[in-house]
Amino acid sequence: MNGNQACAEGSLAAGCRFLGFYPIQPCFEIVQHFADRCVDVDGTFIQMEDEISALAAVLGASWAGKKAMTVTSGPGFSLMMEHVGLGVMLETPCVIIESQRFGPSEGYPTQAGSGDVMQSRWGSHGDYEIITLSPNCPQEMFDLTVRAFNLSERYRLPVVVLADKAVGSMVEAVIIPKAEDLRLKKRKRYSGPKGKYLPYEYDKDLVPWMVKAGQGYRFHVTGLTHDEKGYPVMNAKCQEWNVHRIINKVRLFSDDIIDYEEGYTEDAEVLVVCYGSVSRAAVRAVRQVRKEGIRAGFFRLKTLWPFPEQRILELARQVRTIIVPEMNYGQAFLEVDRCSRGKAETIFVHQDFPKVRSGVDIINAIRKADVKA
Amino acid sequence: MIEVRFAGFGGQGIIRSGLILGRAVSIFDEKFATMNQNFGPEARGGACSSQIVLSDTKILYPYVTRTDYLVAMSQDAYSTFEHELKDEGTLIIDVDLVRANSNKKTYDIPSTRMAEELGNKIIANVVMLGFFTAISKVVSKEAMEKSIRESVPGRFIDLNLRAFNKGYDWGDKKLSEDN
Repeated sequence: MNGNQACAEGSLAAGCRFLGFYPIQPCFEIVQHFADRCVDVDGTFIQMEDEISALAAVLGASWAGKKAMTVTSGPGFSLMMEHVGLGVMLETPCVIIESQRFGPSEGYPTQAGSGDVMQSRWGSHGDYEIITLSPNCPQEMFDLTVRAFNLSERYRLPVVVLADKAVGSMVEAVIIPKAEDLRLKKRKRYSGPKGKYLPYEYDKDLVPWMVKAGQGYRFHVTGLTHDEKGYPVMNAKCQEWNVHRIINKVRLFSDDIIDYEEGYTEDAEVLVVCYGSVSRAAVRAVRQVRKEGIRAGFFRLKTLWPFPEQRILELARQVRTIIVPEMNYGQAFLEVDRCSRGKAETIFVHQDFPKVRSGVDIINAIRKADVKA
Repeated sequence: MIEVRFAGFGGQGIIRSGLILGRAVSIFDEKFATMNQNFGPEARGGACSSQIVLSDTKILYPYVTRTDYLVAMSQDAYSTFEHELKDEGTLIIDVDLVRANSNKKTYDIPSTRMAEELGNKIIANVVMLGFFTAISKVVSKEAMEKSIRESVPGRFIDLNLRAFNKGYDWGDKKLSEDN
């Protein structure tokens, strides 16, 4: 199956039973597949009047107790930004599948890009932490969609799966595990006495207990700075209490969230940091130069946010050069450059549009870095 | 690693051919396959191609760069993709639809005409798949038959398998003529 179908299958396997969307390419196939299959599991999909309300519907469905997601691409993701912040502030578990195309604005709807890496991190206003995952094949479109639901339920926040047109339309064999073999995280539920429920009371994992609307618990949630009762309180102490925690619940647990794949890093002198569909060409490039005797390695980000700062710094201390190929004009590159703290030379390789390049320019960059030594 | 491109018009089953081959290799021959497709906005009649990378190990770069096999089912497909073929690559054409003038090894079959004789020209792609299987030997005949069974609606399985075998036998015959 292709990556889009695998993503829809992953969402259903993870227990997603609500999809709110507004049609857009190159990801509409995810919606079609979900729509075909969700009738078997009593799921719901709804086309809203725009992407703003699509994500609002998803947040509502999540508070009604469903695992919920939306599916979009760059222009729709831009419209959703206000509600990404709302989802973070209300601490609402949900998943956003974003299939990147080339932008800005409407851009080039039918070709892959990676221009939304920073948008997925900083797109909404204020200051917050979010989780973004980056699949590079149809199997990971399944696996990382399942993981996105698990992380969103565990940390109570929107989790973005930052796919692109290339991984979405690529067809490969996908192994779907048996339902009993999938480890699914359950939302932290409150089951205490009705009169005592405080929607933002939390314990040591910094995550509050959640109830389901309609169960008889009284609760209030708001995008305004709020106290543990969920009511607005405008003072510095409450702002600190509220926002400090929703940032720390990700930062303090980032080791549990961050996931990456490394190859040939033990003795590497040149390191290629890559993610998404470009990583397939990048890993091939590393394998090829290894045959020439060049000590190159690769580091593939499966989690873009939070960024694996610690590991990048360790590797920067070890290698001479870090090469970052991206289908944009330098986004994850900025993070790699920041995290390596000048310990290694950092080089950006722009991956030309309109399709994922074969990696010749990555090979050339590695050879050049090797010769310089 | 083997790179294959099927190319023709929308409606000829070009993408379906890629899916059947990829499924045969990755699921029934237990190797690895990646398929990508290109098509225009038209539902039928536009230029259309599918590219399949086959390998014994996990595939990294998912697109074809220099093809080992080009299966052309339209003149346009031939002229667009002939240059992409490796020098030692193989060109496979529907002889009634493509006039080829290539210095690369070429095999031809009247697949559309054969499909019409079988009762429906819509299965020309399956005749072609049989021919491709015999000529290329990149996938087992058994895996392709299993893949066809899983890829077409139940009542058309027999017809498709007959089409596949007709193409396969034609390929066998062509190869023995060669030797």
